[in-house]
Amino acid sequence: MGLVLLIVIWLITFVSTYFFVAKTWWLPTGASAAAAGIDHHFATTYLVMGVVFVAAQVALGFFAWQYRDRGSSSAARASYSHGNNMLESVWTVLTAVLFIGLNLMSSSIWASERFRPAEPGALQVEVTGMQFQWYFRYAGPDGKFGATRPELIDASAGGESALGLDTTDPASKDDVVSGTMYVPVNREVELILRAQDVIHSFFIPNMRFKQDAVPGLAIHMHFTPITMGNYEVTCAELCGLGHYKMNGMLKVVSPEEFDKWLAAREAEKQ
Amino acid sequence: MATREFAAHESHAHAAPQGFIRKWVFSLDHKVIGLQYYFLALSAVFVGMFLSLLMRIHLIWPTAAVPFIGEIKPETYLTLVTMHGTIMVFFVLTTAPQGGFGNYFLPIQIGAADMAFPVLNMLSFWITFLGYIVMLSAFFVVGGAPLHGWTGYPPLSALPSAGPGEALGADLWVTSIALFCIGALMSALNFITTTLDMRAKGMSMMRMPLTCWAWFITAILGLLAFGVLFSAGILLLLDRNVGTSFFVPLVTVNGQLTGHKGGSPLLWQHLFWFFGHPEVYIAILPAMGLCSQLLSVFSRKPIFGYKAMVYAMLSIGLLGFMVWGHHMFMSGMSPYTAFAFSIMTMAIGVPSAIKTFNWLGTLHGGKIRFSSPMLFAIGFVSLFVSGGISGPFLAQPTLDIPLHDTAFVTGHFHLIMGVASIFGIFAATYYWFPKMFGRMMNESLARWHFYLTFVGTYCIFMPMHYAGMAGQPRRYSQFTTLHYLERLIPLNTFITFAAFVTISAQLIFLVNLFWSMKAGKKASDNPWEATTLEWTTATPPPHDNFGGVVPEVHNGPYEYSVPGAPRDYVMQTDPASVSVH
Repeated sequence: MGLVLLIVIWLITFVSTYFFVAKTWWLPTGASAAAAGIDHHFATTYLVMGVVFVAAQVALGFFAWQYRDRGSSSAARASYSHGNNMLESVWTVLTAVLFIGLNLMSSSIWASERFRPAEPGALQVEVTGMQFQWYFRYAGPDGKFGATRPELIDASAGGESALGLDTTDPASKDDVVSGTMYVPVNREVELILRAQDVIHSFFIPNMRFKQDAVPGLAIHMHFTPITMGNYEVTCAELCGLGHYKMNGMLKVVSPEEFDKWLAAREAEKQ
Repeated sequence: MATREFAAHESHAHAAPQGFIRKWVFSLDHKVIGLQYYFLALSAVFVGMFLSLLMRIHLIWPTAAVPFIGEIKPETYLTLVTMHGTIMVFFVLTTAPQGGFGNYFLPIQIGAADMAFPVLNMLSFWITFLGYIVMLSAFFVVGGAPLHGWTGYPPLSALPSAGPGEALGADLWVTSIALFCIGALMSALNFITTTLDMRAKGMSMMRMPLTCWAWFITAILGLLAFGVLFSAGILLLLDRNVGTSFFVPLVTVNGQLTGHKGGSPLLWQHLFWFFGHPEVYIAILPAMGLCSQLLSVFSRKPIFGYKAMVYAMLSIGLLGFMVWGHHMFMSGMSPYTAFAFSIMTMAIGVPSAIKTFNWLGTLHGGKIRFSSPMLFAIGFVSLFVSGGISGPFLAQPTLDIPLHDTAFVTGHFHLIMGVASIFGIFAATYYWFPKMFGRMMNESLARWHFYLTFVGTYCIFMPMHYAGMAGQPRRYSQFTTLHYLERLIPLNTFITFAAFVTISAQLIFLVNLFWSMKAGKKASDNPWEATTLEWTTATPPPHDNFGGVVPEVHNGPYEYSVPGAPRDYVMQTDPASVSVH
């Protein structure tokens, strides 16, 4: 029985570890400035915890087999010991150093992502989540977002009306609302995250970006896309029956192409 | 001190009831109440498991019609998610280890005739039962059960217009949880008082089996946590029905104003997780205590580091109240607090690691008997390590950015809070079944049950980690809407087949349980040659637990293989010839 248990535990351990090491399923390709740091720390944590995982499971399987009751052939009794305070202290200190150290290593990444505000030249995009759609608003040439009023919201009309944009506000004249998010490559994007009805979560796996959009709050976040391409946007917070289909698309394009796109949308408005 | 304890015994002793209703339904006997909790949890676990099976079927065959239910729609899927989670967390993981086995064995293991407050104990159970009925009734009302997930984040959970099931179904859901909280609070008071005041002569705190320590600490956590959840539930009910705005700011649903303004959705999250994180430990501490016990009994060795185990559990209990914010790294909470919550969360990994080392230390140099309870205890350690190892990933806000609310989290908490705790429940069932029913369970069936479940649950939950790393969000009813999810469909198909096999294997357990009650081999009073007090009394124990004899304790709970002792175990009640503690 001890041998069967050893084989089963070891098999589970090695098969599970294989798929992690082989990266059969791994983080999606990173395409933002922060991705490399996050991925590197992920790999570090993976390595450390992977060693602990394999060591503990291998020891468990081995002990189960090695210390099985061998009947009359072995010593009459198990060893009589109530533990060892020295060992307890050693592994307490070791784990504490390991865990806290791991944590401190990653804190600078968190700080640069969340403690510092966006750079002054960042492109501002207001992201609004509603059941079950993301809308993206650009302030236009005046650099100001027009006012929105809840009583003006007409969800079925889509676009500006879905946000309840107040068209009498001069600042709203050049606001552009889009169902697809366009941003230029290599320029920081400052997001202003809002939600109209329930909590949504703005998740772009390739950008290593995730932040809840909470009704009543305007949450400012930032990221810098560094590779051009199309990236899927999802909702990561349960928001109702259409949660699974609340998707969008982020298109990271060249600065020229971005300017062209924005100008075309401005022209459509006039 | 001793005299006060004995007085407590006598004042709470009550005569054995005769009629069926007083004996089996509205019983004051902690053993009967323990069984009532256990069978409530047993029915709940099969309901919860069935719901998860439907979820797995829908994920792989979205258009398949299920007999009696028909086609599962995306909103039905979310209903299944919600009810699976709620039923499993409250009515299984909180109910069986504490209400079930804790009720049955805490008084016996400390040498008491009953719990401190038998009437309160009966009330606790029946309120929990009422909560269970209210929870299940949500399936049958207009609109069906709610779809807001077991965490019930407002505004989704606060607005009847936010989705199907958010009308009456959601009211029933909140009411059920509030009822459960009342039952859990009363039960917690009872456990704490019993542990502090009802111990037999010689049963000092540091001579208590680790199971009793675990139930005691769990009760303290329950006392502090369930009150907060209860308040949150009441506020949510007010928001839903009276027009208050505790959790709801000015929002429009489908373009319509809801009349709420000024509330904070994050307030609910703070209150919920202030309960929700200690709840994880409420679910797993009893399993930790039990598996410590079993590793010692079946290795025929004293537990490695008894005091370290007690202090580790106490620190887990204490730190468990300071880490709730790690569920909220992406919520919009201040990023500075994330920093503090993260450090505390990493710190709680330390006592968890100490426990694992001590379990391995207990096996080392032992003479292991692979009876079924021991198989599940070793399985528990393996699952605890596997589920625990992903904790430090999620505890770091930086890594939580890609992983939060993905299948990685689902895999993590199912391994550690779900399956590891359930392995504790299985181990307890196989271990104490002889004492509770006077018969042994079938060992061959138990082994099949163990290996199929052990391998099966790994096949279900390990792949979820891979899927989560690849970005698969939680609570998605279909994988066809995002291109990058399509390559994860084979992985999910594998999980569904593994779930089929694992859930089928639970029928082996069910058959073994009921068949053994009727036809199992007769059990002796101490079939496992264990030392604690429940094995000194008759099988099953008489109404007052010890047949009029008040036990007196002379030894610690884990005196195995003591050199020079006549047998390889020294009962706690044996004369103190070789007392170490």
